[in-house]
Amino acid sequence: MAEKILIKGNEAIAIAAIHCGCDGYFGYPITPQSEVMETLMKEKPWETTGMVVLQAESETSSINMVYGGACCGKKVMTSSSSPGVSLMAEGLSYLAGAELPCLVVNVMRGGPGLGTIQPSQGDYFQATKGGGHGDYRMYVLAPASGQDMYDFVDKAFEVAFKYRIPAMILADGVIGQMMEKVEFRPMKPRRTEEEVKAQCDAWATVGKGAHRGGNTITSLALDPEVQERHNIHLQAKYKEMEENEVLYETYRAEDAEHLIVAFGCMSRICQNTVDEARERGIKMGLIRPITLFPFPKKEIDAFVPQLKTMMSVELNAGQMVEDIRQIANGRVPVYFYGRQGGIIPSPEEVLEAYLKHI
Amino acid sequence: MKEELIIAGFGGQGVLSMGKILAYSGIMQDQEVAWMPSYGPEMRGGTANVTVILSDNRISSPILSKFDTAIILNQQSLDKFESRVKPGGLLIYDPNGITRHPERKDITICRIAAVDESAKLGNAKAYNMVVLGAFLKMKPIVTMENVVKGLKKSIPSRHHHLIPMNEEAINVGMQAIEMVNEL
Repeated sequence: MAEKILIKGNEAIAIAAIHCGCDGYFGYPITPQSEVMETLMKEKPWETTGMVVLQAESETSSINMVYGGACCGKKVMTSSSSPGVSLMAEGLSYLAGAELPCLVVNVMRGGPGLGTIQPSQGDYFQATKGGGHGDYRMYVLAPASGQDMYDFVDKAFEVAFKYRIPAMILADGVIGQMMEKVEFRPMKPRRTEEEVKAQCDAWATVGKGAHRGGNTITSLALDPEVQERHNIHLQAKYKEMEENEVLYETYRAEDAEHLIVAFGCMSRICQNTVDEARERGIKMGLIRPITLFPFPKKEIDAFVPQLKTMMSVELNAGQMVEDIRQIANGRVPVYFYGRQGGIIPSPEEVLEAYLKHI
Repeated sequence: MKEELIIAGFGGQGVLSMGKILAYSGIMQDQEVAWMPSYGPEMRGGTANVTVILSDNRISSPILSKFDTAIILNQQSLDKFESRVKPGGLLIYDPNGITRHPERKDITICRIAAVDESAKLGNAKAYNMVVLGAFLKMKPIVTMENVVKGLKKSIPSRHHHLIPMNEEAINVGMQAIEMVNEL
């Protein structure tokens, strides 16, 4: 069995990047995720795997370095926290438009604006509905543990390359700062130049040789018909992801009449809420979307007939709840409970809030 | 076994590292663990606290409103966390600088004069290990053998020669703990 290490979620992200054969990390420090780059600087992967680690002069710069690396078919990533991710919004839209795979980690803090450094889930809209301009989606994973932080790096790259889209790990300050036991997976070597070429020759700027014309990477299409065709192609990819890439888990939900929907750290906290409710004889359960895009629409929909109520529990003013209400479509009442500004509710507080509706 | 505790005091007292050593000792004993610090502006000189959970089963919520044990190392933390010990739970505090002592009758209360004891040892930095010793005397949830393993994992190897001194401080804490309110 692999050794189990006690590390912070942020440290797990950094170690996972090295272990999964990441080619480059470009970032700029911001609480509560600075340990990602700190750990990479301490581990010095450029001496072992050859991975590049670079502190850019700003988040805008980081995301454009990611764009450059991704153009070459490299596994590249950045990490930041909410205000920093806002600075990356233009770059994210360009990456999506140019169909470039990459990983962006957002360890959310309270906002809007510079906000607080304490945990939040206020960037759900930004991550799942856009953030940047135009009709695009990212693959969004919401980790709930240190092990998730570690495992999702490799997973995010896999899906990002499969669909040629930006992937995001949408964590929060709790998951980033908490230390837990993390089990490491076997090391994947970085791909050689030949392997990168073999995998990405159809689109990346890997040197054309004599066998084909040049690859052009752009998000510009001045001809509206070309742009529409491109947009329809992007939407078809997102549709395919909705069919094939949904991840979720449930907790004591089989016979539930009251269902909590929560992601990230709140899904952990709400497990205790469910236990407490069950002790009081209330049939409560939990569904945790692991992918926020694609969202587990069908899976939540399948629960609706057995339910009396639902409640979305989030560290924001009510964002994911809009998606859940759309799924419920008036068949069951969907309530919301959230705290903001970096305050995290206890399991008891969530239960008290839910009991007002039951 | 499931132990949910909060360690709270001033930044610089070794609150976070004590929690880390305890958590690592738990891993050495095949337990599930979680270590959740306060990481706000208070880290920069004010109060600091960390929630540590050790359990035989998977840990769900790392955010808790009540604790089995509170280890309290300053007045602000005592004021904040005394009421948050579960009935029948344990509160350990260092009386140094405390003007309003704990008053609850429904919990076990112990005192560890860790400032004095670590001064006697001639090593103020061993303060948090004296406190850890006091806790382990009351709740031996991890063995001394695993604590030493936990120390090795938590401390950079260049400091491993200090482990015997840390062990000694833990033993001092075990001896020096005083009962204030026994249930």
